[in-house]
Amino acid sequence: MKIWRRVACAVLLLVVGVSLCATFVAPAGYARQYREAADAPPSRQHWLGTDDIGRDRFARVLYGTRLSLLLAPAAALLSTLMAAVIGGLAGYLGGMFQRAAMTVTDLFLSLPWLFLLITVRALLPLNVSPLVSVLATFLILGMLGWTSAARVLCASAACLRDSDFLRQARASGIPGARLFWIHVLPNLKPVLLAQFWVSIPVFILSEANLGILGLGVAEPMPSWGSLLKELEGLVSVGEEPWKFVPLILLVAVVTSFQLIVSKQEEEFAV
Amino acid sequence: MLGRKIARHGVAIIGTALLGGLLSATMVRLAPGFDTDEAQIDSHLNSESLRALRESRSQQNNILVFYLQSLKRASQGDLGSSLTLHQPVSKLLRERAPLTLRLIGVALLLSWGAAMTLALSAAFLRLYSYDALATVISGILLCLPAAVVGLLSVLWNTPAALAVAALVFPRDFRYARNLLGRAYSLPHIITARAKGLHELRILFWHVIPVAGPQLLALAGVSVSLAIGAAIPIEALCGLAGVGQLAWQAALARDLPLLVNITVLVTLVTLLANTAADLIGSMVGSQPA
Repeated sequence: MKIWRRVACAVLLLVVGVSLCATFVAPAGYARQYREAADAPPSRQHWLGTDDIGRDRFARVLYGTRLSLLLAPAAALLSTLMAAVIGGLAGYLGGMFQRAAMTVTDLFLSLPWLFLLITVRALLPLNVSPLVSVLATFLILGMLGWTSAARVLCASAACLRDSDFLRQARASGIPGARLFWIHVLPNLKPVLLAQFWVSIPVFILSEANLGILGLGVAEPMPSWGSLLKELEGLVSVGEEPWKFVPLILLVAVVTSFQLIVSKQEEEFAV
Repeated sequence: MLGRKIARHGVAIIGTALLGGLLSATMVRLAPGFDTDEAQIDSHLNSESLRALRESRSQQNNILVFYLQSLKRASQGDLGSSLTLHQPVSKLLRERAPLTLRLIGVALLLSWGAAMTLALSAAFLRLYSYDALATVISGILLCLPAAVVGLLSVLWNTPAALAVAALVFPRDFRYARNLLGRAYSLPHIITARAKGLHELRILFWHVIPVAGPQLLALAGVSVSLAIGAAIPIEALCGLAGVGQLAWQAALARDLPLLVNITVLVTLVTLLANTAADLIGSMVGSQPA
């Protein structure tokens, strides 16, 4: 398993490294149209061919990968922070606050994840600029993805609430807020880290789902979701196999994340 | 004891559904563009019609009043009308629910059949290669976005239920395998094996009673997973079910339709989890 984890780390580093160099590898950018070569097959000029309006698919894959790989961790960070504050405080304070927070958490958890995403995304305007659509998509992921992590953190914080060192700190007269920030949260760090890593592949897959359903990142900005939307027009798998490159890349990245986080997931996930 | 448990679950379901409805109504009310209506820019309308339109909108400004009015109408069977399909929501749901229920039912049967067969045989045979193969298959399926599975199902012309099952199966398999693996490593089961008790007897008399309640809880969760998977599959396979309706409502920002589907999905999920919990507690209370 250790070898597989190393391979996964290498794959991730390679994909992240190449996508970060997108500006140098594909200097023409993701939106430039080669109108004389629309829907072209792979060639020396366009390694993965062009899409139906003549944009270089290789450049779009690179920029789309960069977007997904930068913003999914950002959304994971936001959701982990929200889970830390809501779940951690609920577990630490206990009583009514814990019950109220966990009722809201249960309410969110009672809805299927994709359905919740689609519903909340629909409440926001759909006809927005590409940049706003990117922010909206990943903010929604971050702001809705905290619930299962909050449950785990609430349970962990509740265990700490009556621990000896906290009782001693409380008896020494340390104010509640300071106790939470200085003593409780640092002790939740392993759980927080695990939840952060577990969230990333979930958010990558969610963005892809939203993109394919037309509720994700808006054109011309590329993302894995919008790139996979191209598969909709295929008649057979063998027809244009190069269109599957974004899917292969997505599966490779998500598998790598799953391999890396599998240990933490087993220990901490709900 | 059981009656009290059922009552407690019933209260929790009603409370959660009401809270979910309030939350949905609040989000709908706060959604950008709620105050505006395309009809307001219709040049055929005179000033009086426009004023009446604005007044009807302003009555919905108070979230609580808006929600209570919706609840009152819902209690009389009126769930409102779809803004885009121009049909009563109750009629739309009645027409489309059977297809979704059938899809989810068949998918759950397939995924549970496959997951339990593989998990049981993995625990039973304890062959590394077999376990690894099953793990790899479920791992690959776990890394595919639900919408891609829907697209591949269209490409390969496979039944939609199979696509939903392919999305539910890996989660079911992973949990079932872990639960059964843990049950097989319990001291009394190891002792039973060492004493030469027949494998089937060990399975049905010792393993299943231990893992049963948790497997039932997993069954409840599977319903939620299947509903979530049905949305992209129905949308991309062109099936006229509730999932496709939810997707269409989302794309068209048909908020009344979306709120009703949200409450319906919440209720179905809660009922499935409650049923699993109650059956699990009954099974768990039986002596093994």
